[in-house]
Amino acid sequence: MDVLLDNLDLFGPFFLTTIELFLIAGVASLVLGTILAMLRVSPVPVLRAIGATYVTLLRNTPLTLVFAFLVFAYPLLDIVKIDYFPTAAVALTLYTSAFICEVVRSGINTVPVGQAEAARALGLNFGQVLGQVVLPQAMRSVAPPMISTLIALLKNTTIASGFSVTEAGAIRQYVSERGGDQMVALLWVALGFIILVLVLSLLQRSLEKRWSVAR
Amino acid sequence: MSTVLFDTPGPKSRIRYRLYAALGIIVVLALIAFVVYRFADSGQFAGRKWEWLQYAQVQRDLGSAVVATLEAFALGAVFALVFGAIFAAGRLSEHAWLRWICTVIVEFFRAIPLLIMMFFFYYGLPTFGVQTSPLFAVVLGLTLYNGSVLAEVFRAGVLSLPKGQSEAAYALGMRKTQVMFSILLPQAIRAMLPSIISQLVVLLKDTALGFLVTYPELLYYARYIGTQGAFGRPLVPSTLVAAAIYIVMCLLLTALATYLEKHNRRNKKHIETTDNRAEQIVLGAAGGGAGAPGI
Repeated sequence: MDVLLDNLDLFGPFFLTTIELFLIAGVASLVLGTILAMLRVSPVPVLRAIGATYVTLLRNTPLTLVFAFLVFAYPLLDIVKIDYFPTAAVALTLYTSAFICEVVRSGINTVPVGQAEAARALGLNFGQVLGQVVLPQAMRSVAPPMISTLIALLKNTTIASGFSVTEAGAIRQYVSERGGDQMVALLWVALGFIILVLVLSLLQRSLEKRWSVAR
Repeated sequence: MSTVLFDTPGPKSRIRYRLYAALGIIVVLALIAFVVYRFADSGQFAGRKWEWLQYAQVQRDLGSAVVATLEAFALGAVFALVFGAIFAAGRLSEHAWLRWICTVIVEFFRAIPLLIMMFFFYYGLPTFGVQTSPLFAVVLGLTLYNGSVLAEVFRAGVLSLPKGQSEAAYALGMRKTQVMFSILLPQAIRAMLPSIISQLVVLLKDTALGFLVTYPELLYYARYIGTQGAFGRPLVPSTLVAAAIYIVMCLLLTALATYLEKHNRRNKKHIETTDNRAEQIVLGAAGGGAGAPGI
């Protein structure tokens, strides 16, 4: 308990940074992932190939490597110097969006064929079919794996601590520098993550209950 | 499915699609060209920055870094499979207390970030006077996390088998353990093989976390080479080489999964499962994360 109370000034802000990172990367990767999924089912073969290549590359690259590349190699591009926190958000977004894309695509496949056919029969074009008919239904059916992917994102934010972002994963280092007990600090961090994951799981349950009825 | 989403293009649409295609190619090429140009401009692609690849010593070290990655992967994979099988059996047990304990353990390890677990075993254990090494921390972390996910996959696999399988086995006079280990798990594993291998790809990628607990694996070595002044600090080339090796290794594993899936479908022993829960679990967990308790 002492380790937590003595270092509250660490735990509070660091976990806030984690949540902030999670929210920013989460929203960004939901948007990018959905766009990628749209690319992957679009009528233009070239766009489909671009989406598929992106997803294959990013899904088979370790997140740590994405981080390493952005943190160590991006500055060499010499465009705009960005701070560690935005870099981490970008790395997490690039990586997670590939997984979101796959989840959305598997959702599109669960929508009955008749839905899209009926929409086309009404004269809707591709964008309308996808945006107004298929995606809203797909999103509902994939809410559980979508939130699982977001939980993965939440846990992956800890990797940012290895690349100079002061978030929950870095608490251990700071506590040990102050002479505190690392083991206890890590246990508290673990507890913090369990609570955060639990919150997301509850959200997952309630979404599943609400949306499984709707269709 | 994708073909249902749009009509067969007419002459006008075809022109429009071509326009989009051209636009897409131009944007992507411009992006790649810009990045390559900037790297080339800062001298990252100069011949000197690639010279390190020619040294026999560097090649040997690179080889042993790959071996270190594969070693962590192999140990982690074997232990995780065993861990997964045991805890899946535990979660399907008839004894409520055993089920409860296994559920708590599995959910616990799925909820904690893998990196925190590795920190735990690498930095935390020595405070109790327990000897530890980076390899130990990496393998134990990989085992506990991926083992828990695999336990869920196995469990979903067993639950998705037709009821007749276990009923027939009981009717033959088999005991609970026999039913589980000689009837249900083998079939579940065969049915879930593609999902299991997808999870192993995740495990392979997660070995790169060893970089953060000083395990001398591929990424660690790439970073080391990238900071060597003697080779002109070839950061971009060394990271690109590491990325290429990782991607090839993961793609090989994925190709194996695809092959097995096709092979499975042709196999007469294959049993149609009743749902696709295991795929959902892996799909959700693929990002290196957990799912909800007991989906």
